[in-house]
Amino acid sequence: MAQTTHDQYPLVGPRELEEMELYHPKTWLGKYVFSQDAKVIAIQYSLTAIAIGLVALVLSVVMRLQLGFPNTFDFIDPANYLQAVTMHGMIMVIYLLTALFLGGFGNYLIPLMVGARDMVFPYVNMLSYWVYLLAVLLVVASFFVSGGPTGAGWTLYPPQAVSAGTPGTDGGIILMLLSLCVFIIGFTMGGLNYVVTVLQARTRGMTLMRLPLTIWGIFMATVLALLAFPALLVSCIMMLLDRTLGTSFFMPAMTSLGEQTAYDGGSPILWQHLFWFFGHPEVYIVALPAFGIVSDLVATHARKNIFGYRMMVWAILAIGGLSFIVWAHHMYVSGMNPYFGFFFATTTLIIAVPTALKVYNWVLTLWRGNIRLSVPMLFTIGFIFTFINGGLTGLFLGNVTVDVPLSDTYFVIGHFHMVMAVSPVLVIFGAIYHWYPKITGRMLDDTLGKWHFWITFLGTYAIYYPMHYLGIEGLPRRYYAYGDTAFMSESAQDVNVAITLAAVVVAVAQILFIYNAVRSYFKGREAGSNPWQATTLEWQTPHTPPRHGNFGDELPVVYRWAYDYGVPGAREDYIPQNVPPEVTVVPHDEERHPEMDPHRDPAEESQEL
Amino acid sequence: MTVAVVIFATLMATLIAWLVRQSVATRPWVAAGNVPELAAQELRARQVMRLGLVVLIAVITSLFGLFISAYLMRMEYADWRPLPVPALLWGNTGVLVLCSVALQWAYLAARSGRRSMLKLALLGGGALSVLFVVGQYAVWQQLNAAGHYLTSNPASAFFFMLTALHALHLMGGLVAWGRATSRLFGGADPAAVQLTVELCAVYWHFLLAVWVVLFALLSST
Repeated sequence: MAQTTHDQYPLVGPRELEEMELYHPKTWLGKYVFSQDAKVIAIQYSLTAIAIGLVALVLSVVMRLQLGFPNTFDFIDPANYLQAVTMHGMIMVIYLLTALFLGGFGNYLIPLMVGARDMVFPYVNMLSYWVYLLAVLLVVASFFVSGGPTGAGWTLYPPQAVSAGTPGTDGGIILMLLSLCVFIIGFTMGGLNYVVTVLQARTRGMTLMRLPLTIWGIFMATVLALLAFPALLVSCIMMLLDRTLGTSFFMPAMTSLGEQTAYDGGSPILWQHLFWFFGHPEVYIVALPAFGIVSDLVATHARKNIFGYRMMVWAILAIGGLSFIVWAHHMYVSGMNPYFGFFFATTTLIIAVPTALKVYNWVLTLWRGNIRLSVPMLFTIGFIFTFINGGLTGLFLGNVTVDVPLSDTYFVIGHFHMVMAVSPVLVIFGAIYHWYPKITGRMLDDTLGKWHFWITFLGTYAIYYPMHYLGIEGLPRRYYAYGDTAFMSESAQDVNVAITLAAVVVAVAQILFIYNAVRSYFKGREAGSNPWQATTLEWQTPHTPPRHGNFGDELPVVYRWAYDYGVPGAREDYIPQNVPPEVTVVPHDEERHPEMDPHRDPAEESQEL
Repeated sequence: MTVAVVIFATLMATLIAWLVRQSVATRPWVAAGNVPELAAQELRARQVMRLGLVVLIAVITSLFGLFISAYLMRMEYADWRPLPVPALLWGNTGVLVLCSVALQWAYLAARSGRRSMLKLALLGGGALSVLFVVGQYAVWQQLNAAGHYLTSNPASAFFFMLTALHALHLMGGLVAWGRATSRLFGGADPAAVQLTVELCAVYWHFLLAVWVVLFALLSST
């Protein structure tokens, strides 16, 4: 790890901010294992999430091998195919994406970007990670109990999730539900920290409207998660009682394997409502941090202020609010009242408005920017493409009449993988390439990064584009084998083979990334404190990587918003947030003529000195 | 799910209104150089704890709101048989009201620095809380004796589940209460535990409100 220090603009010691009471670790264990430092917790979260994510990646390859080459692999039978489907979905959505964006990036970036020494409740923050780890271990344990992990699909719909005949109804489903409960408790501990830190621990001058959009995205996602995860907790507790103690919250009267069960009168639809009341905000819990991070990457690597900052903030708030009234668009085929379908189709189309605004603003930020095609920028542009593609198919599925025939087909798989799997993962990679130099002090290798980007980006299109075609043809999802299904064209199996080959290539290509991350940690080029010439506070720390307490003796004072790139008349093409206005003055004879500058924004007039 | 939607709309509207009252409406790109003052360190530390409790209360509101939504939806089905309400529940409600009063009294005593009264009020609040939990357990026993078990009907399943969860939240509060009490009896100054006692009082008032809503719901349906 490279340690660098650099000279800074003089820090103004705010008298109001006395030295914060920090927990100073005294032992190796206290510093690296049971650490209360948000940066260490962030790395613990990230490594755990990536490790369990790799398990889910392997499971997806198992699925694809079966679909591309049925009757070829002895180790895949119908039961463990369904288990792979279920665990792949659950791990990716909850234990990888949610944990990595909020536990990983949230913990690392919030204190640094708002100018705080640490999270406000460091001890609770540490507990949050250990509880999360326990949740992950419970999921892992479910692979080893008798009957294996649950195979009910990641939505765990009753009655099949708990009735005999579904794989993993012994211990698997119990461990899954327990693990989700534990995860939610752990997340609540972390989420409490993220929200209160953003609202109460900002440094002097860091007003809400000077926050980088990354923080806005993570903040709003945390609010959504704090309010929406209880819906999952409620449904998990009730299903646990159904499964273990024999209540009938969700379980209807039914015969199972020829015998009448003891259940009576429960409502499977109730589960669907509760699950999707959590499930739809979950999409935005993953998407909003990605939106925020992309906004910062786009501005930094295009050397231009983000277009429409206030609109971006309002869009984040609007998406957050609206995301609670669209849940039933996941349930169009559940037999609901058609007027409900009409209502939810309308809200679904309305939530596309703020989302589309954000996309326009990213594109307009790129417009005539000084674009640097660094690896983070490649991933960012890749995200914008993919998100538009996935978003457009969302308009199809949001409309009841189109959704009904496409429901439960590969079209749905193609849609949500584009919009909520590939898109956020591209952002995660972009963000890692962007912040790795700050976390380790060394740059990731550029050539390897570009190979990694192009294989991943093009590869995912080779995987998911054809799935839309298969879905329109009517290929149902979650089937172990298709055999000679009458409506399938003969070429459908060839398409499946091609998808599997692409999936294997993309999965193997991730080794490039892991190799790059490990090798650069020891041998990468030294990054210096601000390799991307960025404005936000995490790049202005006196040490790289930042030490305990983040900012040395005194906290920075913030004088401006996070997007002063290419300010006319300024000394350099970026002005960090902690630079006072007088430092940016250019000697008279060097001064450019602002009125000649075609990029000039009239709104910035009054900022001119 | 109407109840849940209304609760969420209220929570989100509160958050957004609060953000608007902050600085969300300013234009950051023209405001360079302006550095507002911060509140004093001690006040900020107190605000952090208070806001932490507010967020926790919002999460618990969401949790019980969703349980109530589920309850109202499940109630519509044909197999729902209303549960008789044991009279003891009225007594337990009274005990919980007294808990709230005792902790409010403790907060007032801490604020005015009256040490012995604070000790008495805190101990009283804790003892009454334990009594409430024991009382709820006694209600369970009565219901079991009358033939109402967890699995006998969705109404009784909801009753046992909701009372258990409410009691669990109360016991969680007793952890914070225990810390304040042990510090006080270990010789700490009333001013040193004032914030914890204040937060406990607010949390107990909140749990009382949750209980009143639950009790009204459980006894009317």
